[in-house]
Amino acid sequence: MPILEGKELRIVGFLCNWCSYGGADTAGVGRFKQPTDLRVIKVPCSGRIDPLFIVKTLLAGADGVLVSGCHPRDCHYTEGNFYARRRLEMLKRFLPIMGIDAKRFEYTWVSASEGQRWQEVVTKFTEQIHELGAAPKIVGAEAEETLKLMEAAL
Amino acid sequence: MQNLEDLKEQVRKALPELDVVIGWTGGYDPLHATPHFIRRDEDIDKLQVNALCVHNLATYLPSMRGKKVGIIVKGCDSRSVVELLQEKLIDREDVTIFGFGCTGVVDQTKIRRIVGDVGNIDSCEVSGSEVKVSASGTEHKLAMSDVLSEKCATCRYPNAVLSDHFAGAEITSTATFEDGYKDVVEFEEKPEEEKFGFWLKEMDRCIRCYACRNACPMCVCRDHCVAQSRDPHWLSQEAHVRDKWMFQVIHAYHLAGRCTECGECQRACPVDIPILLFKKKMNKEIKEVFDYEAGINPDATPPLMTFKAEEDKITERKW
Repeated sequence: MPILEGKELRIVGFLCNWCSYGGADTAGVGRFKQPTDLRVIKVPCSGRIDPLFIVKTLLAGADGVLVSGCHPRDCHYTEGNFYARRRLEMLKRFLPIMGIDAKRFEYTWVSASEGQRWQEVVTKFTEQIHELGAAPKIVGAEAEETLKLMEAAL
Repeated sequence: MQNLEDLKEQVRKALPELDVVIGWTGGYDPLHATPHFIRRDEDIDKLQVNALCVHNLATYLPSMRGKKVGIIVKGCDSRSVVELLQEKLIDREDVTIFGFGCTGVVDQTKIRRIVGDVGNIDSCEVSGSEVKVSASGTEHKLAMSDVLSEKCATCRYPNAVLSDHFAGAEITSTATFEDGYKDVVEFEEKPEEEKFGFWLKEMDRCIRCYACRNACPMCVCRDHCVAQSRDPHWLSQEAHVRDKWMFQVIHAYHLAGRCTECGECQRACPVDIPILLFKKKMNKEIKEVFDYEAGINPDATPPLMTFKAEEDKITERKW
């Protein structure tokens, strides 16, 4: 059994290829200590992130989602993060009506040189999620139930 | 409606220039109206405009692009027409809008809850303050305030916001923006677990018929809807509550800054899931952050299709 089982929560990070992914790399190269809960998905730009990716991630059972892109005015594609900012802000305000704590989702900006900042962002966000604890899971997956029934019938 | 004759006259005059005028007429029983496509003069006599005319006819417009279409609209429907114009999904010169002052429409679910069995309706009379329904030989007198659709009780746009012809007098509304979102505020105050549980329970009823999508005037992807797409594969074909819920969030998000709150999604839902709540929540936030309402100004750009380098009301988080 892995030593971290039960101690780690599942956090998904969507990072833009040009800034935040580089920033995370810088943090790694600099050997900054980081919590290990985060799983990173690299996307071309924060503007590529459909807010529904985040909803789907959360409904699929993630405990937290972190989005990070280039600072506004620094987008590799000039304006991707400006659109992203509007969409993500709307998502953050929308989540409470679903019964999902808005603190489970954050979006921020980290540039490729900001290794130190990346360490800070990951640490703080992970702490925030640990304070909230595990997210409520959607149970009773019918397909699984059906499979069990079928197995029993065989 | 008091000015039905005026409206009929306006339609009669405009009809020779148009391929079709969309209105309402009596449906399969006296309690229901149904969309009515007026192509000839004799169709005009069958036109019905009253509190039973719940359908938002703007839903038909994008598919009839290229034809000269007249459309009869309530205030809320006219906002959908404006939103379609904003998004350039229909052409202004091809659409003739017939407006009137709407006093509200009924909620069939509310009627069903009071009357009980609505399978055998003998007659239905609608006046300004009362709906008289005779079902299976029993007479029911329902106060309009008891069966009025929720959206109508707090309606701020009873008159068509954009029209070429307007029948009768305009109706004044005293409702404020806040009035319309009291239910959202109230729901939001509940604890997170309760809301999560509420949706799990509600969404579980969904039969994935997609009536909500088909009735929605702003759902214009039609055959390319992500709900049925395999690539990208947003939703599986499992009848799992996660997929049903996900679809409703997709719908709400695809309507962010576009939804005109005509309430067709919730009305069309055969299992009465309160899905309009998602869209209202989104609209409330859009109004707060961008001070924008969909379907008011034909020249405005929906807020998520544009940006400002320095946003007025989005503050960056410190870390």
